[in-house]
Parts: sequence; C-alpha cells; structure tokens
Amino acid sequence: MTQIIKGRTIARGTAAGKVLMTKDPISFLGNVEPETGKIVDPAHELFGRSIQGTVLVFPQGKGSTVGSYVIYRLKKNGTAPAAIINLECEPIVAVGAIISEIPLIDKLETDPYAVLKDGDEVIVNSAEGYIEIL
Amino acid sequence: MYLTKEEERTLRGEDGETLRKMIEILVALGDIYGADALLPIKSAQVSGVSYKTIGDAGIEWISDLKGTVKVPSVLNPAGMDMNNWERLGIDPKFAAKQIEIIQAFGSLGIDSKCTCTPYYLSGFDVQYKDHLSWGESSAISFSNSVLGARTNREGGPSALAAALIGKTPDYGYHKSENRKPNYEIIADFETSGSDYGALGYVAGKAVGSKIPLFKLKSVPTKDEMKMLGAAMAASGAVALYHIAGVTPEVTDKEFSYEKPSESIVIERKDIDAVYESANDSGTANDIVTIGCPHCSKEELERLSSLLEGKTVVKEFWIFTSREVAEQNKKTIDRIENSGAKVVCDTCMVVSPAANSYKCMMVNSGKAYAYVPSMCGLKATYGTMEKCVKDATGDI
Repeated sequence: MTQIIKGRTIARGTAAGKVLMTKDPISFLGNVEPETGKIVDPAHELFGRSIQGTVLVFPQGKGSTVGSYVIYRLKKNGTAPAAIINLECEPIVAVGAIISEIPLIDKLETDPYAVLKDGDEVIVNSAEGYIEIL
Repeated sequence: MYLTKEEERTLRGEDGETLRKMIEILVALGDIYGADALLPIKSAQVSGVSYKTIGDAGIEWISDLKGTVKVPSVLNPAGMDMNNWERLGIDPKFAAKQIEIIQAFGSLGIDSKCTCTPYYLSGFDVQYKDHLSWGESSAISFSNSVLGARTNREGGPSALAAALIGKTPDYGYHKSENRKPNYEIIADFETSGSDYGALGYVAGKAVGSKIPLFKLKSVPTKDEMKMLGAAMAASGAVALYHIAGVTPEVTDKEFSYEKPSESIVIERKDIDAVYESANDSGTANDIVTIGCPHCSKEELERLSSLLEGKTVVKEFWIFTSREVAEQNKKTIDRIENSGAKVVCDTCMVVSPAANSYKCMMVNSGKAYAYVPSMCGLKATYGTMEKCVKDATGDI
C-alpha cells in the first residue's frame, strides 16, 4: 500500500528514487563535491555518502548563494539528487533546484523525519504538490 | 500568490524555457517570503559576476539562458579590468573565463559595465520609492537608505530573473511596514571621511540584519553615507539604515515609526579603536587601495589634488566604474601621473590581482572587513589622506 503526503511546491517536476536523510543543513558550496556528488565535509552527518540519484531529505540549505550554481553543476555532471524534500526551503536551494529542474517540495503535512527512512522508495510529484511512499 | 494571466502563461512555459524558469524562481521566492504578487521594477543589478566568485558552475548556467532583459540591467564588479587586465597581472586563463561570463550576460541585453555604484550611471537614476532588484550589498544599502528606493538583497539568479521578467516578488523592503527602524545608534561626536567606514564597521557588528536609525552629530555627505552603508553591509547584513534629519524616509512626514526599543551608544574611542587595531598588524603595507565602493567624481577629484606633485613608492590602486572614469579623463590622468593605477570594472575584493601581496591599506570599512578572508592578506585602515601619504612614502 502506498502513502501520499501533501506539501508545498517549490520546483515543479516528478522524479523517483531512494531516500537519503540527514538532519544537518547542507551548504552546497563546500559540503558537496560537484564531480562525484559526495558529501566531503567531515563534520557533516552524510560525510562520504553520495547524493547522486537520491531523494535527498534535509532541513534546509545554508551558506553561500553560489550554492545555487553548485546544484546546477551537479545536475550537469549527472551527480545531482533526483528530487529534494526540505522541512522548509530557503532561497539558495530553491533557486538551485529550479534552475536545475530538480523537483523540490517542502512543508509536508506529516514530518518527513517521522515517516521516511534511508532506502525508502519515494516518488516526488512536486508538480501536483505531493510525495508518494511506495 | 496572485499571478496575472500573462504571468500564468509564462509560468506554463508558453514564453519559452528560460522565462519559465525565471518566473518560477520569482514565484518560489514569493511563496517562501509570503509575497502576494509580483511588482514591476525600474532596474536590476546582477551580482555573481567575478569568475573568482561563481566559477565554472556559474558560467554554465548563464551561458544556457536565452532572452532579453525587460528593464535596464547592469553588472556587479568583475574579477578584472575588462579592457586592461594585463596591467594588474591577471592570469590569461582567468581572463578568458571572465570575458566568457561578461559576453554571456551581454547576450541577454545586460549592460556590460561592471560596478558596485550603478546609481552613478546614466540610465540608472534612482528616485524616491522606486522599486529595484539589486544584488550588490553596498548598492542595496545606498539605494534603500540614501535614495529611499526599495530593493531586497538579491542573489545572482534572483536579480537576473527579475531583470528578464521585469518584476520582483512584493515582500521585505518593498513594503513600507518592513522599512521602519528597529535599532537606535547614537554617535554624538564629530565624524568625517573614513570615520564613517569605521562607524559602519562597528555598527554592522552590533546590529546584524536590523534596521538602524542613526543619531549623528555631523551631517554626512553622500560619499560618506556610501562608506557607512558599505561597511555595515559587510560587517553585518544591513540593507537599510536611516539617519535622523538626513535620509529621505525619516524626513518624510508620511513615514511613521516608533522609537526603537533597542539602542546603543558608539563613542569616539570605538572608532579610534578600528584605526588602532588596524595599524597593529605587524606587517608593512605593500599595497594601498581606494575605491570600495567605486569612487565618485568627487572622490577622484580629491585624490587627484592629494596626489598632485607626488610619486607613489608602492602599488596604489584606485577603483571606479568605467563610465565615471571616461567622464573624468583629465582627473584620471592627473592621478596616474603619480604612478597610481586607476582600475575599472573590478575591485580589490573580487579580483585575484592583490592575492600575492602581504598587507593592504584601505580607507573602506567594507574592504577592511573582506580583504583578509577573500584575498588572504592583512588589511590596515586609514583616512584617504593617510592612504595617499603611505602610498607616496610621505610618513
């Protein structure tokens, strides 16, 4: 049985993937290597993990506004996440996801940290404003 | 957020892929910040221009866009003088990337002048209550505070989106109720020249992103307010400030506000401490720079008279916009007769040119805040007169 949770559309699109979760905010400039999609900041919860092709769940972005361009670079390199779920999106990640055409949804009706876990198969349909847990 | 039929059509992609993404950026920001509509703007200034700042990721994005800006749009300083980059020893590989960036912006109809002082340019005049979408922190501060126009602090993509759509989401500093002072700063002593940069440096650290209302003993010039705001936007995140009896909003009877509940007193000794701590770096200045933000005509004239009959004994760089330089060629010639270099389109902070020096003397609170972290060298602080004395060995 699948579960559907509604949220707020930030970047429109639809994509599926396996959940990768962190409670740490992400600064795309500095925390993520654009060539590999790996988290390279030793202080980050996801240090050493790749975000490539995942449904990446994190609270929000932080750091330099150049982070938007880094997201675009990840997309061009094929190392970007398939979709993003934020608790509450901020402008750096919002802009990065829009220019990179990565579906992004935030403010889910149910706390994603309560219902999702690493490896869950999820469809993010931000065009229509929901996620579907398979 | 309410969208017009025309805006809805753009959002559906009927006006092309670039404009669809651009309006999606504006709508997303509007949703995040609670805007109820898009608002027409008079001009845009796009930051994120230096290759040193945006790198290959930025080039790729800008090069992929198609379209023409709907309002006059100009760029923030680039990483080098676009006509004369060899003179400051810029790497040809860096220059090639920088030229690629400026051409990509140019193909979108953006004016290729690169300056942090767009309010000096013809075609970019700013009137009281104009709505703008500007990206350079000191230009945002100057237009909001000194000119009484209205702009949020835009990132590179959001200002570019606003330029291509001709609109910005109506939130933040576009609304009168968000422009009221909420922090009082009392500085009851005589101030002039670079005192304002030092005052801004101290004040910015104290107030963060709040809206200060200054009560000053002296009445600052526009150039002095430029230095005050630039420093506060660098040591803090101040996008708007008021000065009692001076700046346009607080002298407008229709602009009502209450006395801020938070208040601090800044004393002369706090300003002197900036000069003193700055001069305690233990490293001799091997370069002196002026022009953060870019020099006005008046500042260039003052420099020219201070430098008259003198010769520099170390690197002395003066930054201004190309348009102001072209309008003041004789003044520039007089300055350069001393051996000083007048450089356009760039600055000491966003250019890699200064990275090989050890210690830079500046007269700007903003440069003083950024040079150590952005360029990796020490910075010392002094008045324009002291900078000229240091550069000419007249100590």
